[in-house]
Amino acid sequence: MATTPAGKSASKPAKKQMRPAIESGCPDGMQYVHPVMLRNFGQWESHTHPQPGVLCHTAASGESIWTVRAGTQRILDVYTLRKLCDIGDEYGDGHVRFTIRSNIEYMVDAEAKVQPLIKALTDAGFIVGGTQNTVAMISHTQGWLHCDIPGTDASGIVKSMMDELIHEFTHAEMPNRVHITTSCCQINCGGQGDIAINIQHTKPPKINHDLVANVCERPSVVARCPVAAIRPAMVNGKPSLEVDEKKCICCGACYPPCPPMQINDPEHSKLAVWVGGNHSNARSKPSFQKLVAAGIPNNPPRWPEATAVVKKILYAYKEDARDWERINDWIDRIGWPRFFEITELPFTKFHIDNWRGARKSLNSSSHIRF
Amino acid sequence: MTDSESGKKHDTPMLDHLETGPWPSFVSGIKRLRDDHPSDRVNGMANDLLGQLEHSYKTRKGYWKGGTVSVYGYGGGIIPRFSEVGDMFPESREFHTLRVQPPAGNHYSTDVLRTLADSWEKHGSGLVTFHGQTGNIMFIGSTTENTQHFFDEINDYGFDLGGAGPCVRTAMSCVGSARCEMSCTNEHRVHRELVNNFVDDIHRPALPYKFKFKVSGCPNDCMNSIERADFAVIGTWRDDMKVDQEAFKDYVDRKGRQHVIDNIITRCPTKALALKDDDSIEVDNRNCVRCMHCLNVVPTAFSPGDDKGVSILIGGKRTLKIGDLFGTVIVPFMKLETDEDFERITEIAEETIDFFAENALEHERTGEMIERIGLVNFLEGIGVEVDPAMIDHPRESSYVRMDEWDAEAAKWFERKEQDKDAAAGGA
Repeated sequence: MATTPAGKSASKPAKKQMRPAIESGCPDGMQYVHPVMLRNFGQWESHTHPQPGVLCHTAASGESIWTVRAGTQRILDVYTLRKLCDIGDEYGDGHVRFTIRSNIEYMVDAEAKVQPLIKALTDAGFIVGGTQNTVAMISHTQGWLHCDIPGTDASGIVKSMMDELIHEFTHAEMPNRVHITTSCCQINCGGQGDIAINIQHTKPPKINHDLVANVCERPSVVARCPVAAIRPAMVNGKPSLEVDEKKCICCGACYPPCPPMQINDPEHSKLAVWVGGNHSNARSKPSFQKLVAAGIPNNPPRWPEATAVVKKILYAYKEDARDWERINDWIDRIGWPRFFEITELPFTKFHIDNWRGARKSLNSSSHIRF
Repeated sequence: MTDSESGKKHDTPMLDHLETGPWPSFVSGIKRLRDDHPSDRVNGMANDLLGQLEHSYKTRKGYWKGGTVSVYGYGGGIIPRFSEVGDMFPESREFHTLRVQPPAGNHYSTDVLRTLADSWEKHGSGLVTFHGQTGNIMFIGSTTENTQHFFDEINDYGFDLGGAGPCVRTAMSCVGSARCEMSCTNEHRVHRELVNNFVDDIHRPALPYKFKFKVSGCPNDCMNSIERADFAVIGTWRDDMKVDQEAFKDYVDRKGRQHVIDNIITRCPTKALALKDDDSIEVDNRNCVRCMHCLNVVPTAFSPGDDKGVSILIGGKRTLKIGDLFGTVIVPFMKLETDEDFERITEIAEETIDFFAENALEHERTGEMIERIGLVNFLEGIGVEVDPAMIDHPRESSYVRMDEWDAEAAKWFERKEQDKDAAAGGA
């Protein structure tokens, strides 16, 4: 909105009438739903998985709907979006949706439309898959492309890893589905994953004391620190903040409210890998991911070291887990010592939690695998 | 003179590496906007965006900073981005994201996607994401001035901004009843009734911190609501699950008894399943916790029961500030069928948000607030009675004052009587 200094407005042309917003909120999705799905709303009985990337749901009425799922680059340019629409119009029924992991789904009312649709998508460079026991599309954050506090890029890591994991996206060969996530800072917008690749800062913030007083609301920044390591201080005669570097856990929580407390470090911000996050209630209760590897270089444009760790874990799981075990189920069965043994990842003092509630993560029994 | 001023394309040797390989390349997409789009404005934005991103790849640092941008009448909904290296990359100097609420269930027609694409290339960069991690359509890359023009245009045909900042956020719901046999509720209606009741709290950030609704139609929780939502609504059922014994026997026949024992019977978390000698299955429904595993493995044989409804869990969030928290049960089961049922769930949400607004500290999520004050204080604040389904186990510590034990025990028995009467009256 253009601002006009007070008192000068009279001499200017009449201010443009602003359009009041229509506070309509979340649009009704039903207007876009495929007619077969609309007719059978709430009346679905069962589904099959004819091939990776394809689902067939059948309703009580006997009607079926086929879904073809394809992976995209998520950061879509309008050309790619229109291409996806063209395919939907020519080979589908013009009804699509997006999954929580940014795959596009085409719903069609006849089995005969499935293979031509797959061919059209494949010919246009999209990747059909991502259903059932595949490695699904990596959940994707913003990173250097758009975030204000990123330690790394997201689009590049996702692209690099999906290039290497493409067989696992197009073939349902995993014991159960695998959800991989990325996050460009420790806030972890990517969320919980069977495998999560997250930035882990290793050095306290570097403070630009000249800017703190003007840019940061100091009491808010002090309050934001999880370990009370920040306190107000006068530095070079200016009000600023100082960090008790022995207490600092390098979480970066102070950086968003106070950008002069730079936490991202081109050399010392590393990647860490976590495993066993599972949102589903199936079998065990939902679980949070656990640290397994750290100190991995943040190495654009292809991040090969991170991909290597992910593949090591993924293929150990593929080899050793039983059907229907998610990564957390698998590790629950084989135990952590065996996990570190077969993935050949080092176990260090940093794997032992010391945050609140940490004693609950210790082995308070004589249950030990030998 | 910078590359932009001379109209020259920035070299992107590092990003170029991301144009190889089988997965679709976002770099190629942005280059297409730079090279092929008829609008000079779009070409320039794409060129300088690539330039800045290449600069980030080289120096391993981000160069965007926030600010304050919104549309007329709103206080949020836009993620402002101003470049810290705007002198080098002037045409993407302002590169704000508009967070737009998707239709519930993320359903689209190709027509509406084309309409959105047309509006966006007129006013923005031409880059869009379906969807961000909070669930919004992310229209990435607009100048401050054009955010208003783009919003005015899409708002006219039914789209509205989502939440950003300390406010009620855009909600998410699964495909649910529209296509999934596991669905136990009308996710679409729950999603819209909840979130559209709080449009003011979405558009004008005034809460202690963010507040997220997510709706999953069954305990598979495809929307990650327990781990990511302050207010998680999860479909479930309370009568017996349905078993098609013929379909099950057919499955045993095809897969073998060993497979069924290994993959279904022994995977039941409460040992509620038994394989009988005639290859039928016996379900101990009293001890089934609706984990969904057997339904997932044999969807043709197992289905949710008929007495469907939802559970509500409060307080899920990720690490900052005090560590990860799961949502925990505050309503073990409620029906969601009549208008009155929907009014009741909206009322619970209102009570929760009012309590949160009044009692949370700045930048504190609901889960953290409950951790600080205790679940009982929260339940009393929103007028919900305690229930043993809210806990894993009762208190282990004896450090507690229990002056009003007798009164509380009497309350419990009184509620039990009321429940019994209600059940008798309903039957």
